[in-house]
Amino acid sequence: MPQMTMLQAINDAMHVAMERDPDVVMLGEDIGKKGGVFGATDGLYDKFGALRVMDTPLSECGIIGTAVGMALYGLKPVPEIQFLDFIYPAFDQIVSEMAKMRYRSGGQFTCPMVVRSPSGGGIRGGHYHSQSSEAYFAHTPGLRVVMPSTPADAKGMLLASIFNEDPVIFLEPKALYRHGKQEVQEGWYTTSLDEARRVREGDDVTVVTWGAMVPIVEDAAGTAAENGVACDVIDLRSILPWDYDTVLDSVRKTGRLVVVQEAPRTCGFASEVAATVAEKAIDSLEAPIARVTGFDTPFPYALEHVYKPDKKRVLGAIEFTARWA
Amino acid sequence: MAARKASAKAPAAKRRAAAPDPYAVGPLGLFQLVDEDGKAVAQVPELPEGLPERFLEAMLFQRALDQRMLNLQRQGRIGFYGTAKGQEGATLGSGAAFAPEDWLFPALREGAVALWRGMALEHYIAQCFGNGADPTHGRQMPCHYSDRGARYVSLSSPIATQVSQAVGAARAMQVRGEGQHVAGAWMGDGATSENDFHAALNFAGVWKAPVVFVCQNNQWAISVPLSMQTASETLAVKAEAYGMPGVRVDGNDVLACYVAVAAAVERARRGEGPTFVECLTYRLGGHSSSDDPTKYRDESEAAIWEKRDPLLRHRAWLTAEGRWDDAREEAFLAESGKRITDAIATVEAAEPVDRATLFTDVWATMPALLADQQRRLDEDLPV
Ligand SMILES: Cc1ncc(C[n+]2csc(CCOP(=O)(O)OP(=O)(O)O)c2C)c(N)n1
Ligand SMILES: [Mg+2]
Repeated sequence: MPQMTMLQAINDAMHVAMERDPDVVMLGEDIGKKGGVFGATDGLYDKFGALRVMDTPLSECGIIGTAVGMALYGLKPVPEIQFLDFIYPAFDQIVSEMAKMRYRSGGQFTCPMVVRSPSGGGIRGGHYHSQSSEAYFAHTPGLRVVMPSTPADAKGMLLASIFNEDPVIFLEPKALYRHGKQEVQEGWYTTSLDEARRVREGDDVTVVTWGAMVPIVEDAAGTAAENGVACDVIDLRSILPWDYDTVLDSVRKTGRLVVVQEAPRTCGFASEVAATVAEKAIDSLEAPIARVTGFDTPFPYALEHVYKPDKKRVLGAIEFTARWA
Repeated sequence: MAARKASAKAPAAKRRAAAPDPYAVGPLGLFQLVDEDGKAVAQVPELPEGLPERFLEAMLFQRALDQRMLNLQRQGRIGFYGTAKGQEGATLGSGAAFAPEDWLFPALREGAVALWRGMALEHYIAQCFGNGADPTHGRQMPCHYSDRGARYVSLSSPIATQVSQAVGAARAMQVRGEGQHVAGAWMGDGATSENDFHAALNFAGVWKAPVVFVCQNNQWAISVPLSMQTASETLAVKAEAYGMPGVRVDGNDVLACYVAVAAAVERARRGEGPTFVECLTYRLGGHSSSDDPTKYRDESEAAIWEKRDPLLRHRAWLTAEGRWDDAREEAFLAESGKRITDAIATVEAAEPVDRATLFTDVWATMPALLADQQRRLDEDLPV
């Protein structure tokens, strides 16, 4: 099996999807000849041409609005929003149109499409190249919101998203684009959009996270293990709909929960995880639920390293929770 | 409404004078075939057999249906309604110019087009009742129709979102090599201020997409007059900035609307790209059942436009042509009234929407999280 970075795996998934189905089209800013600002769409334009790999005018509202029309007509469009921070002009099309089309038409019209966008910090991009906005979308029934954390998951989840009937917000943690290589199966395969992934088994503390926080949590869990605390680490992979059964099973085993997210704290998805566990498994809890999150500030430029949860903060929360009696 | 210069000329001899070209009139003029008195001011091109009569019937029908639906709202039997009163010519003239295979993306006053294209009257009415007879399960407020068979795409409330979607569908036709199909997008004058409008026209111009934009300029966006919506001399002229022709039509002249939009549809079908058609019309009624226009507009303005009623004009023309008479109208109205009455009775007798439809069609298959919520509701509050 070839070794790939997440970026290569995403690119490979799009090659596979476009070869498999002529209805799969890409559109976005600079995705054609340039191959995207991160190179995610590299080589697609040369292989599939300008009609299927479209460099669009600079309008997110237009990119998503036209993609919705393409999906209605029967294509499987995969629009790219260059940075998640620039998705807001398209928010209306996503929330009011793409997400609600099936429901409001009684299933007569649907929007099978995937909005890809690099998300989160990691490139010293300040306010507008760094945000983690998954919670805005997770608040929208009808959308699938997913975020892989490994190259193999990225490819399998992207293929599953493109060949899925629902509209998907596919968030690519840009900090992990070139984080490391992993063996990635060649050709066609899909990875479930309905199941969380158990990253590490342990009986002492459940740690739930997703996206770019996964390797940070893994690192912290490794150190915790050396200190005698065994973490059950769960990568949610899908934020909406999310697999709470896996989380609840784990908490029933460990009795302790830490949730780690890069996004700001208030109304982040970690809050939903905490609330659900409190509702459905309060009897199992032996310690307060801990959240490790970004702060309720804009994403900073110079202080990015302070803002983003790091190993130290995660480890601190794990140990605090493990020790609580 | 400035009369076209050409209108002063005597109608050309009956034999095959060239039909006037809406494109030649341009975005600052006003393309017209029949004037306010029902007199042809230019050669009316040959139209499909029976089409002018069908136009009058459909306009009469819509006027009657709108009045009945508004009455139902006043009686508290439906929650809301918005009429197309005064705009039937622009609505039907433009809507009829598309073929059954074309995809239509309506705004809020094109329900008559859905019926024209075969949507069941019962479904139209049931959507407004929002009961079990509604194929969309009462999920939207009234006047938000959706009909797959008619290729009439589900309408949402947010203004102008459908315009860029139409461009996307047109682009999809190009990608699939189905450019013989065309997409149509409707919008009001107010909609021309929205992001989606500009994005849509811009993308359509760049892609040379097979799409026709029809703007129903009824001169009001709820209480905001056109002069406060734009400083542009006309709406049609905006098209030029996006590299496509703009055409301005007398929207109360159903034949002119049909001819202009049909020309634009044919142009798109030939692969020559998009056209923007502004239909100058007037909203004779309130914005909707929730609106009282006396608060913001002078009723003398409406009175002027009452005289320009597209229905009166088309009836006068048809009658002068010897193709319509009072007896035919009476019979048609009587039969339509009965059809509407029967359909309302059938629909109103339907069951309320099934509570289970609250949870279906959100995602393609119901996820565990939603199934849980439904189960919880059913335990707490059994049906
Ligand atoms: C994005 C958005 N903003 C505001 C509204 C409320 N609203 C509904 S209709 C309307 C006016 C629309 O005017 P116009 O586009 O001219 O269409 P008309 O009603 O005249 O047919 C407004 C402001 C809305 N539905 N969507
Ligand atoms: Mg208006």
